[in-house]
Amino acid sequence: MEETRIGVFVCHCGINIGAYVDVPRVVEYARGLPNVVHAEHNLFTCSEEGISAIKKAIPEHNLNRVVVASCTPRTHEPLFRAACEEAGLNKYLFEFVNIRDQCSWVHMNLPEEATEKAKTLIRMGVARARLLEPLEEIEIAVTPSALIMGGGVVGMSAALNLAEQGFEVHLVEKEGELGGTLLDVYKLFPSNEEASQLIGQIVQKVQGHSRIQTYLSARVKDVSGFIGNFDATLDQNGKDSNIKVGAIIVATGAEELKPEGQYGYGRLSNVITQLELEQRLKKGELNGQNVVMINCVGARVPERTYCSRFCCMTAVKNAALIKEGNPGAKVWLLHRDIMAYGVEFEDYYRRSMERGVRFMRYDLEKPPEVMGDGRAEKVKVWHQLMGREVELPSDVVVLTTPLIPRADFGEISRMLKVPLSEQGFFLEAHLKLMPVEFATDGIFICGSARWPTDIAEGVSQAYAAASKAAIPLRAGYVKPEAITSSVNEDICSGCGICVGLCPYSAIELQSKNGRRVAHSITALCKGCGTCGAACPSGATSMNHFKDGQILAQIEALME
Amino acid sequence: MDTDRFEPLILGFACNWCTYAGADLAGTSRIQYPPNIKVIRVMCSGRVDPTFILKAFALGADGVFIGGCHPGDCHYIEGNYKARRRVELTKRLLSAFGIEPERLRLEWVSASEGARFAQVVTDFTNTIKELGPLNKV
Repeated sequence: MEETRIGVFVCHCGINIGAYVDVPRVVEYARGLPNVVHAEHNLFTCSEEGISAIKKAIPEHNLNRVVVASCTPRTHEPLFRAACEEAGLNKYLFEFVNIRDQCSWVHMNLPEEATEKAKTLIRMGVARARLLEPLEEIEIAVTPSALIMGGGVVGMSAALNLAEQGFEVHLVEKEGELGGTLLDVYKLFPSNEEASQLIGQIVQKVQGHSRIQTYLSARVKDVSGFIGNFDATLDQNGKDSNIKVGAIIVATGAEELKPEGQYGYGRLSNVITQLELEQRLKKGELNGQNVVMINCVGARVPERTYCSRFCCMTAVKNAALIKEGNPGAKVWLLHRDIMAYGVEFEDYYRRSMERGVRFMRYDLEKPPEVMGDGRAEKVKVWHQLMGREVELPSDVVVLTTPLIPRADFGEISRMLKVPLSEQGFFLEAHLKLMPVEFATDGIFICGSARWPTDIAEGVSQAYAAASKAAIPLRAGYVKPEAITSSVNEDICSGCGICVGLCPYSAIELQSKNGRRVAHSITALCKGCGTCGAACPSGATSMNHFKDGQILAQIEALME
Repeated sequence: MDTDRFEPLILGFACNWCTYAGADLAGTSRIQYPPNIKVIRVMCSGRVDPTFILKAFALGADGVFIGGCHPGDCHYIEGNYKARRRVELTKRLLSAFGIEPERLRLEWVSASEGARFAQVVTDFTNTIKELGPLNKV
């Protein structure tokens, strides 16, 4: 048998690991572990330098196992596996040890303990690596179509992108017409283009596209399957239909917070939100000379800490539009900070000041007070620069509120098995490295369902999600991980326990040489391993998570 | 035995789709918890063979933690229910061996529950500290 030669690469991740774990000491320790013939540390193992170090070390030290101790396999395992493959090593001979997300970052005040834990985790990883086996992946055909959830500007942009690349698209919208939130918006910053014009053009293109099938007043009721082969059940007006798709894009948008009870909203008839203001502006129904806007209502507060990102510009735009339509009007914008990032926004902000919009900063400790009985008459606010309270007359008070997660996000999250953030928005696999992808293959996220975005950002994300979704659709096949069950027929007693346990009917009993034995159907197996956990004779095992591999980790932990 | 000084050795199993992701989220959120637990990643909590648990105790682990997806959320449909049944049966077996069943804990932690992962691990670590070291046979 070939001698096992393991290479260990320990990552500093800049200061993310290096500041809390004594990396050189860990490398020294790893060097002394059985079968480890090479150990080194890298500032960033995922950098080009780190990757070339792996690719160089494999032939140089004749490595047949590679262990990387760094961030988390959930984001970086594919990269390191690819490096191994490029150097001629089967990717299943690679082992990941998580010493950042589950070590250095969670024991930041305990550098000694974190270092010891990293050593233990690497000892366990090396023990497992010793027993890893090369595996081959099978190819599974992909259905060249996509399901897009949400028929707003973002969902429609993703739909058009995929349809124009030649794929069939199923676009599901819960309302009776396409357009989403933009149907309620008046004009768009920074171009002052009418929202209805933009949305009208896109709706026309979508409706006229032969490869896009639109389902209005519809929702996705159930999804099963995996990348390349999802089965979705749609509910349209109470009638079910089933479709097969290769990829899914979540583009449901989010909804405006209605700040019941704050600043008289719901009690005083002339206190409205920005979206309600848009509708009035659209219909030309805004009356009154004195308009007071209050920003960050329900945002950047302890119970909702995030910045909704586009609302400063929405308020600035609406304030400027009011002044444009009625130069005699007095418009005050009370804010905590103005987020007018980039080139166009800052310019737009400056022009709104030139038009005469009055900006006034308020303090969260002394928030503005809306005064009035039945109607808001005036707004009292502490003027920070003057150091005294001022009173502003108000015919209309407009509250700028953030976008919040929709009520059905939890349901969608459970259905697609994708996570939500602590704030309740959908959570991508990695902020920087996989920005529109979920950790679940074949499912993508874009627009305000992920966090509040403006239209330009939302559409960019839609294109990104569509491009990512097109990769498997274009390839025509996917290679699911070779983490599948296998049966050692020589020792299988044919009891059938595994057959009953398998949720995918991926194991069946077959007659072989006059006796019953279990047989694993690789294409159906999803790799949970529950069969392996139950087999009384150890005949059924889970590739890459074999009993021996896991027991070796346990033994290494207890050493 | 001074329970403050006793640092238990805890083996953890985390399913790839929920609890392992939740543990990562605790990291990205920089939520701190005791370093006693060492996690082994499995694809599903249903992969955890009672043999693994018994082996860990036989070798002297003070506690074994298993994290799976919430009921109804299992990536593999029902692996977490299988884990629950196996854990219940294994606890009975542990009692028979004179090992406190509290040394084995199954928790549901989703991918978005970083804070919950840190909390249940902290809580379990404290429980094991109170129980003291496993009495080796």
